[in-house]
Amino acid sequence: MDFIQQFINGLSLGSIYALIALGYTMVYGIAKMLNFAHGDVIMVGAYVLSLAAVKAGLSPVMSIIFPVVICMLSCTVLGVTIEKIAYRPLRNASPLAVLITAIGVSYFLQSVALLIFGSNQRKVESVIPEFSLSLGEIHLSGEAITTLGVTVLIMICLALFINFTRVGKAMRAVSEDKGAAQLMGVNVNTTISLTFAIGSFLAAIASILFVSSYGFVGPYSGAMPGIKAFVAAVLGGIGSIPGAMLGGIILGIIESMSKAYISTELADAIVFSVLIIVLLVKPTGILGRKRITKV
Amino acid sequence: MLKVNDLNVYYGMIHAIKGISFNVEEGEIVSLIGANGAGKTTTLHAVSGLIKAASGNSEFMGRNINNMTADKIVRLGLGHVPEGRRVFQELTVDENLDMGAYAVKDKAVIKREYERVMELFPRLKERRKQLAGTLSGGEQQMLAIGRALMSHPKMLLLDEPSMGLAPIIVMDIFDIIQTCNKEGMTILLVEQNAKMALSISDRAYVLETGNIVMEGKASDLLNDDKVKKAYLGG
Ligand SMILES: Nc1ncnc2c1ncn2[C@@H]1O[C@H](COP(=O)(O)OP(=O)(O)OP(=O)(O)O)[C@@H](O)[C@H]1O
Ligand SMILES: [Mg+2]
Repeated sequence: MDFIQQFINGLSLGSIYALIALGYTMVYGIAKMLNFAHGDVIMVGAYVLSLAAVKAGLSPVMSIIFPVVICMLSCTVLGVTIEKIAYRPLRNASPLAVLITAIGVSYFLQSVALLIFGSNQRKVESVIPEFSLSLGEIHLSGEAITTLGVTVLIMICLALFINFTRVGKAMRAVSEDKGAAQLMGVNVNTTISLTFAIGSFLAAIASILFVSSYGFVGPYSGAMPGIKAFVAAVLGGIGSIPGAMLGGIILGIIESMSKAYISTELADAIVFSVLIIVLLVKPTGILGRKRITKV
Repeated sequence: MLKVNDLNVYYGMIHAIKGISFNVEEGEIVSLIGANGAGKTTTLHAVSGLIKAASGNSEFMGRNINNMTADKIVRLGLGHVPEGRRVFQELTVDENLDMGAYAVKDKAVIKREYERVMELFPRLKERRKQLAGTLSGGEQQMLAIGRALMSHPKMLLLDEPSMGLAPIIVMDIFDIIQTCNKEGMTILLVEQNAKMALSISDRAYVLETGNIVMEGKASDLLNDDKVKKAYLGG
């Protein structure tokens, strides 16, 4: 029974990693860059959530919806703005220049948070209503149920969007061949902006779910989930959307199993070992693959 | 229809296109021939906006397209089948064709063009749900052309459509180019296979290391001694 309990904890943690990993993997697939500031968008989202929650003197339903919507909007706008200001001017620059810029943006966001809020952790009210479910000996918290439900819903929507809408097809086309996509009439800048918007929107959701379970936010709160989600994206195969979903879930399960049955201190080391082993066996990640080329 | 004046393109220090001028009139098939590295692909890329020219003036249907991005130019009705096909390997045949009609809003038009493409390339019909990356080279070329036709362009740039194909498929593709032309599509054709290109063209330009060294009626060039020696195998 404890095993199932830990498994569910892992699933719920992994869902959050998966939501964040999607942002890394989609941006990588389309803009061919690693957006290391992605984790910090989560941190900003958590601060926004805490501020929006305090200000609310609204009805019970609105006091949930208002901060959630504000958080989603702020993160989405932040992601698109970062791309426009920091990355777009470097569209034809070397990958190293872009990578260093991304790290710079990450430090910038952390420093701004430090300046405004100081280094102390700030309390964030959970926006998830308190409830729980017990099935025999298995106990499901409201946070876990909400996290799993929201994640499943989001992933279905995303899969439908990417696979069946024209804009989704255009995104896949751009990720494969920007020039050829332009020859179809696809505006590459718009597509990249949209990718950042979606990635940051998913980060906002991850932020809400994460901080609602964790309860606090500090200037560096985005770093650890950011890194873990990045590992998840690489594990699943960076650039692959199903890969990011799978990678996140696997990572969450490994982490919570390690914490429960091996050692809390070693959990992160185990996570990284798994990554190294997978990459040794399959360098493109679990679902990543090399392009099929035919000349 | 297309007028290019004093076009210059650089790749870093390399001066790839050295002030060329040419034009294509409505309804014509015009060929651009030349050896490897002469600058044919570069010329087409500069026209369709995939690379930025250093200087020069291009006009399509009376509109200046110098500083337009490629996605805007294609919406004016200038299609481009790029060198090496560049179909979207991880999209299905149908999805590739749908991308070809990305600029078209009218569903009825898309449906009509789709049926037209299926009629021209019956082999694509059987492979509609197949990933483009799993098609043979010839089928990919058909898909690349079909994809460009989906937006029903007024003019089509074709970059080496015969590359790497068996002679019988090359014949098919040249037939289709002529059919499209008869239906009113203007064609600018880049080819290594100069003999075939000239045989279906009205006029041609010969490009040599970034300069146009000869131009004229295709039938005249076919009989020109210098052209015969250099491009038609004696
Ligand atoms: N991206 C690039 N960077 C640097 N030089 C380039 C680039 N693309 C082309 N060139 C150079 O520009 C010149 C013209 O190339 P281009 O591809 O236009 O030739 P082409 O006539 O199409 O040749 P082919 O028949 O082999 O396709 C060549 O000398 C080539 O090396
Ligand atoms: Mg070429």
